[in-house]
Amino acid sequence: MKAAIQRLVLLAALCAALPVRADDPAPQAPAEAPAPPACEVPAYLLNSESTLAKVAAAVKSGKPLNVLVVGSRSSTIATQEASAYPARLLLMLKERLGSLPVNLSVEIQSGKTAEEVAGSLVKLVEAKNPTLVIWQTGTYDAIRGVDPDDFRSAVDEGVTALQEAGVDVVLVNLQYSPRTETMTSVPPYLDNMRVVAQQHDIPLFDRFAIMRHWNDTGDFDLFSATHGVELAKSVHACLGRALSKFVIDAAHLDQAQQN
Amino acid sequence: MTSIADTIAGHPRSDAAIAGREATDAAAPAITMPAVSERELRLDLFRGLALWLIFVDHLPMNILTWFTIRNYGFSDATEIFIFISGYTAAFVYGRAMLESGFVIAGARIMRRVWQIYVAHVFLFTIFLAEISYVATRFENPLYSEEMGIMDFLKQPDVAIVQALLLRFRPVNLDVLPLYIVLMLFLPLILWLMKWRADVTLILSATLYALTWYFDWYLSAYPNGVWAFNPFAWQLLFVFGAWCALGGARRMSRILASPVTLWICIAYLAFAFFVTLTWHLPQLSFLMPKWLEKWMYPINKTDLDVLRFAHFLALAAITVRFLPKDWPPLKSVWLRPLILCGQHSLEIFCLGVFLAFAGHFVLSDVAGGAVMHFLISLTGILIMSGMAWVISWYKRSADKEAKKGIGNADMAGGSL
Repeated sequence: MKAAIQRLVLLAALCAALPVRADDPAPQAPAEAPAPPACEVPAYLLNSESTLAKVAAAVKSGKPLNVLVVGSRSSTIATQEASAYPARLLLMLKERLGSLPVNLSVEIQSGKTAEEVAGSLVKLVEAKNPTLVIWQTGTYDAIRGVDPDDFRSAVDEGVTALQEAGVDVVLVNLQYSPRTETMTSVPPYLDNMRVVAQQHDIPLFDRFAIMRHWNDTGDFDLFSATHGVELAKSVHACLGRALSKFVIDAAHLDQAQQN
Repeated sequence: MTSIADTIAGHPRSDAAIAGREATDAAAPAITMPAVSERELRLDLFRGLALWLIFVDHLPMNILTWFTIRNYGFSDATEIFIFISGYTAAFVYGRAMLESGFVIAGARIMRRVWQIYVAHVFLFTIFLAEISYVATRFENPLYSEEMGIMDFLKQPDVAIVQALLLRFRPVNLDVLPLYIVLMLFLPLILWLMKWRADVTLILSATLYALTWYFDWYLSAYPNGVWAFNPFAWQLLFVFGAWCALGGARRMSRILASPVTLWICIAYLAFAFFVTLTWHLPQLSFLMPKWLEKWMYPINKTDLDVLRFAHFLALAAITVRFLPKDWPPLKSVWLRPLILCGQHSLEIFCLGVFLAFAGHFVLSDVAGGAVMHFLISLTGILIMSGMAWVISWYKRSADKEAKKGIGNADMAGGSL
């Protein structure tokens, strides 16, 4: 029943997306080759009511776009950093934005709670001077069982600091990890990130729902115990692609470029 | 182990005796024990249902998950379980307190607490086995961070001691510690109820409000808080006890009023709509922003008022449309549910174990939607089968033992 609902949703989403697709310029296809073809993300998972105004302004005025990804270990793949989603995101953004220079730096802070990371965000922004900060968090807090209320105030504090520093913010939530589902309580952390995103009117990239969608549709088998690094690479490639679409949509860059 | 609910049924002989004694006691206490000649099957039915739902919710998402109530409103099976536990516990031990006094009833409650504690430790052992197995077998670079959950295995001594202190409670194992703490305070609750039932309920609501105001909690290991805050969840338990000790009857006029009915229906419909927007995010544009800001997050740890109200609405409608003598309660079809509800502690533990086992099968033997469905179904069948075996023991084996045919347990005395 659930799969059926999702099929329907997918179908509806595709129908909604069709006219847009038709207008899309075709020639971008060849460079996309490394991403496996089957990891479509339904449009509703990539829609955000919030906009990335600063990114839009930067692109419009032709300034270079500086992106900073702050994340934990799930934002990278050990020894394969070039295949992790931030690197893939950079590739996709460059492709989509054509001549515009795009820079991306990654700050991996593994083994830190949102509270610990939140305190260091402003310093990072001062050092890297980004237009957009993509903050992936929640996993470590969920593992440690940090009080969800404390987690929410930490994320809230971090986002507030970033906004005061004058950058756009995108939150990225936890991975869908069915194998550890019985051991970690993930929902409170997902809920609280959604709340913070709503309160600050910033886009939330729902990595959890997207990965679960891929698992349900059979694009990826995220459940089985042993996998080589290949699965991680493909999932990250797909995440990078989805995230690039998400950022471009939220900043309305497709329209900006047409103007 | 004897489950709480069993004692309710008692034996027909003793029930008659109790009813007689109650008549003489009737004048004295502030609370009254309804003279029950027959078991309240609705309680068993819904506790059984709650146990099935908890089991299904503990498995990964699958088709059956869509039949669990948490997908249609704010509250879930935990509320049902805690409320009914409060109800039955007050019913059984409240009677014991009237008959035999505070000390005897208190002692019996403490024995029950010990049983639940042992059950919890048993489940923790199974959890340890599961997590150790996964830790040694799981090899997936995609989830290297999520594997951090195994870190406590580096210090098993600390983890085990913390678990025995109820401070280290992995996911799925947090209902029993709550139950233990609530039962621990049951003597006090009953003693207060015997004095003034309504005042006890008001005190409980005050504690709930203060907990929200001052943000009281119990800390957990390695950090964080109890997933079910006993200071908040006690409200549901005490409310259950209050209903059992005559509150339900006094509320019957409110429950029968059409105004209540329509408020409940409206609220349930609202909750259903809100839940729908979680599953179909395309609909979320229908939700006003101010409402979202006011409402979210719906806090399970501290039993959000929205959840409590949702449970009340569900309960009110259930009581209204499902009379005590509803014929299907005696039918064969509802028998498995009722049997499970009658042996709640055993079946709860079995359910947690089966959810772990189901996870194994899904990940290491075969996956897929069909397998998933079969596992859920098999689990429910095993739970029902076990409940039947336990009640057979109660009915037949123990009866023989009482005749003096012999039972090792008798030396130590059994309940």
